[in-house]
Amino acid sequence: MSFTTPEIAWAPLAPLIIVLGAAAVAILVESFVRTPERRRSVQLVLSLVALLAAAGTAIVQWTMLDGAGTVVLADMVTIDRQALAWQVLILVFGVLGTLLFASRTRAGEEAFTPLGSVAPGSSEETLARRKGFQVTEVFPLALFAVGGMMLFAAVTDLIFLFVALEVFSLPLYILVALARRRRFLSHEGALKYFLLGAFSSAILLFGAAFLYGATGTTAYAGIAAGIGSATGLDALILAGAVMVVVGLLFKIGAVPFHSWTPDAYQGAPTPVTAFMGAATKAAATAALLRVVYEAFYGLEWELSWLFWIIAIASMLLGTVVALVQTDLKRMLAYSSVAHAGFILVAFAGFPDGALSALPFYLASYGLATMGAFAVISQVREKADDGTVLGEATRLGQWAGLGRRSPLLAGAMALFLLSFAGIPLTAGFVGKFVAFSAAISEGAWPLVLVAVIASAAAAFFYVRLIVLMFLTDVPEGQEDAVEIDFSPLARLVVIVAAALVVLLGIVPGPVLSAFENAGVLLLGAAG
Amino acid sequence: MLDLTWLLIAVPLASAAFLLLAGKRANPWGHWVGVAASGTAFLVGLGALIQMLGLDAHDRSHAVHLFTWIPGGELNLDAGLLVDPLSMTFVMLVTFVGTLIHVYSVAYMEHDPDRRRFFAYLNLFVAAMLLLVLADSYLLLFVGWEGVGLASYLLIGFWNHKPEYATAANKAFVVNRVGDMGLIVVMGLMFASFGALDFDTVFSSVDGASTAQLTAIGLALLVAACGKSAQFPLQSWLGDAMAGPTPVSALIHAATMVTAGVYLIVRSAPVFEGAPAAQTTVAAIGAFTLLLGAVIGMAKDDIKKALAASTMSQIGYMMLAAGLGPIGYAFAIFHLVTHGFFKAGMFLGAGSVMHGMNDQVDMRRFGALRTAMVTTWVTFGLGWLAILGVPPFSGFWSKDKIIEAAFVGEGAQPWILGGAALIGAGLTAFYMSRLFFMTFHGKARWTDDQHPHESPALMTVPMIILAVGSAFLGLFLAVGDRFSTWLEPVTGHAEHHEPVLPVAVIMIATLVLVALGAWVAWRKYGANDVPETAPAASLATIAARNDMFQDSVNRGVFERPGTHLTRTLVYADAAVVDAAVDKTAGSWARTGETVRKTQNGQVRSYALTMLVGLVIVIFLVVQGGL
Repeated sequence: MSFTTPEIAWAPLAPLIIVLGAAAVAILVESFVRTPERRRSVQLVLSLVALLAAAGTAIVQWTMLDGAGTVVLADMVTIDRQALAWQVLILVFGVLGTLLFASRTRAGEEAFTPLGSVAPGSSEETLARRKGFQVTEVFPLALFAVGGMMLFAAVTDLIFLFVALEVFSLPLYILVALARRRRFLSHEGALKYFLLGAFSSAILLFGAAFLYGATGTTAYAGIAAGIGSATGLDALILAGAVMVVVGLLFKIGAVPFHSWTPDAYQGAPTPVTAFMGAATKAAATAALLRVVYEAFYGLEWELSWLFWIIAIASMLLGTVVALVQTDLKRMLAYSSVAHAGFILVAFAGFPDGALSALPFYLASYGLATMGAFAVISQVREKADDGTVLGEATRLGQWAGLGRRSPLLAGAMALFLLSFAGIPLTAGFVGKFVAFSAAISEGAWPLVLVAVIASAAAAFFYVRLIVLMFLTDVPEGQEDAVEIDFSPLARLVVIVAAALVVLLGIVPGPVLSAFENAGVLLLGAAG
Repeated sequence: MLDLTWLLIAVPLASAAFLLLAGKRANPWGHWVGVAASGTAFLVGLGALIQMLGLDAHDRSHAVHLFTWIPGGELNLDAGLLVDPLSMTFVMLVTFVGTLIHVYSVAYMEHDPDRRRFFAYLNLFVAAMLLLVLADSYLLLFVGWEGVGLASYLLIGFWNHKPEYATAANKAFVVNRVGDMGLIVVMGLMFASFGALDFDTVFSSVDGASTAQLTAIGLALLVAACGKSAQFPLQSWLGDAMAGPTPVSALIHAATMVTAGVYLIVRSAPVFEGAPAAQTTVAAIGAFTLLLGAVIGMAKDDIKKALAASTMSQIGYMMLAAGLGPIGYAFAIFHLVTHGFFKAGMFLGAGSVMHGMNDQVDMRRFGALRTAMVTTWVTFGLGWLAILGVPPFSGFWSKDKIIEAAFVGEGAQPWILGGAALIGAGLTAFYMSRLFFMTFHGKARWTDDQHPHESPALMTVPMIILAVGSAFLGLFLAVGDRFSTWLEPVTGHAEHHEPVLPVAVIMIATLVLVALGAWVAWRKYGANDVPETAPAASLATIAARNDMFQDSVNRGVFERPGTHLTRTLVYADAAVVDAAVDKTAGSWARTGETVRKTQNGQVRSYALTMLVGLVIVIFLVVQGGL
């Protein structure tokens, strides 16, 4: 067997190389910069510079591309405008996430544990806290995750799909386990996330094996060709395709593959929840779009109603269970399950419109998620002696927040309204374009269910708004909650709020940019 | 410069945002930022005007693309500006008069702790008004339309610590909503008929539409115009709107915003050309309102409310002209411009009087102010001569043309419309002279603690400039039909028609009636003593004092039945709809509790769920696929 070195087009890969290269450098920083405080600043600057540079490079690539895009690494990765659009989106979430990772309370407390390797509540932990230890590894971990997600959005080969999946999943498992407070909860969430994630990876890999067995290739284009010609192996192909899709649905968090979301969302440090909620969903949707449109397009008839069932199940279960949650982070976790359903609505019948609608939907959803969790990270419990404790995530604790801090509560209300899809927010436009895409393929019954589910979902979003603005603080609880301003988290809230409003009022430019991205991929898919 | 017209909107808007966000630090100098923003808008507008004057008449319509607003789908709409002679006329009026009133307000609001906020709202108004007149589509126009409504609401209720002022603001807001519904209906009808909302497409597809469609659109446009311009039957809010600070009354409720309805009608001329019935209705509403306003004006003792009734009446003239078709459009806008000058000037004069008289507004407690406030007297007097239509002052050139145009036509129409316009001129002369004499002449009827004095220069200079405009602007624009020629690219060339009476007869009749009205007023209020409290009066006078019982009519016809209807509906809602919703919500919550139990926290059962789900899905897909 002879081996030929593949031609590598370096320029289109530049954004990816910058991020992963910076992640490697950041590991070295961990070893060589000794003082925790200096290490933290170096890591923060390095991360931000790398992410912004990558975003800039990606945008330059976007403007230089014409035609169907560039295939690099021997058919394994395709950099076209669709991929670049997702990469820029993930990089934006990366930047906002990094800012949240670095944010500190007024007392200088971080969201992460001082030393991940010691047992919760042990004397070593107390010592580490007193000595001012910091897990600055979170920055390189986030960079690896971002790099993996960017790759995930661009791969066109099942093997590489798996590699990218693991590259971004492993750092996330670790990040989820690093909460400073309620560490047992954090460990539990991380472990569940890891076990179930490993299980879903196995399913994906198993599906890839089936597809390889049926078509003799792992490349998307080859599989698409194989679907058209293979005879007698239909069951193998179908089972393989379903298993690959299920592996990705796990990452999106669709029912019945959603069980990890509430625990992981609740247990993870809030900045990680924000980043994970926004970026993972975007990356997984990107990968799902690509595998469905480039490899399984011929299975439209067979797969379409799989999306129907899972979309309906996700919307209903997410909405219904979110109604009865009493913890804010868990409520948003179930809301994310419902949103997974809304995302899948756009897949019904494989409409062309989904290619441009979904990037916009994920942009609007991700920004609101970032903003909402950034707000959550600033609302703190307070002990009787005045020390500020962990986040106040019980719904009841948010009563009367609008009077305490109208701007912060107003921003939260804006994000919730965007989740609910109220006009003049980005969420409305996102839902509108996603549902229009489904309508164009005649899936109006599904859209009808989606609209009803959105209306029902509005109930628990609005309930929190009512709680914040129209409910009085309970007797004797006036001092139980404290708004702990941290400048970086506040910056994230402002940026997210501004973008949510901007995309809600003037969606035109961004929509047409994404439209451009969609059209090109379709040309490639044929 | 024409391409920079977006600055006209952006600068005041940015200034408004800045002033609202700047906080107390900006209190000492914030108002000058507001003045500067308005002044900058004026300079940009002036630059654009000069550039436009250098172009040929048919090149003067200039489109400025801003951004793609609503892309794709059935409705494809760009946000853009249309800079043509009509919108430029408004730009100059709004920015010039607006800037003068900004300057005036610096002194007028000097002792108000919220002066910065006041200027923020004024800037917001200027931005919204310019957006309204510059928009190139009905949807963008609607944004400006709502913007000026918002600014008007905020400014009427500026002193909302007084409950009746807050109520006045609410009233204006609610009545305006009725008109706004008209505009929304307009857009709905246009989208249904033409599939577009931008002026270009709509006007070019008018030819293909049926008369019924166009009449419906035209009547809905009229409803919108009536709400904004305080025309019958939506006029009741304007008198109460005088609760706002006087500069607001001058700028918004006299010179600019209330004339937006006239702008809407003139801008939509192609629609009305295809709908003669709607056009006649516009003229009839205008003629009726001009008489109604004049009658109300005759009985009002509150100087600002009398001026407000006069505004209503004068806008009636403009609506009448706009309803006459191409022969009237140019004169409607012409009168709008001259009215903007002399009415704003008189409102500022009224403000100056109030400033000197401890905020007294009752004209029965004025009198003999001509010696105490000479500048105010002279400037107000020029405005008075202008509104009377005395040659050669501004009003003569614009109003006389409208009366003349109203006499054009066939059958009974010219006699009714022309007659109304003619009688209106006489009534106007009476009530304006009454106001003028009661305030500045006769004996002093001041209360004891009043010591009238002239206002500071920051207030008098804008009044003087406006007075100069009241005196000469009409003549300047009328010579050689300058103004009609300027507007011709937009309003179209008007064929000359002969009125049913000779022009000279109409003119002489008008002047005689004006002189008669002024003379009666002088006899009654100038030469004789005016009682300090309103005397008992005939039923007609009482009706006029109470705005022709408009509020009572509204209450009886709309409010009471409406209240009963809503009560019934609320009951039905609670008994039927709410009960159903509560039951549904309850069952959802129970479902949620049940499903929640499956989330038992054990990884093995989670994994099992996934596996079972996967097996079911594979089974279904493979079975279905084979």
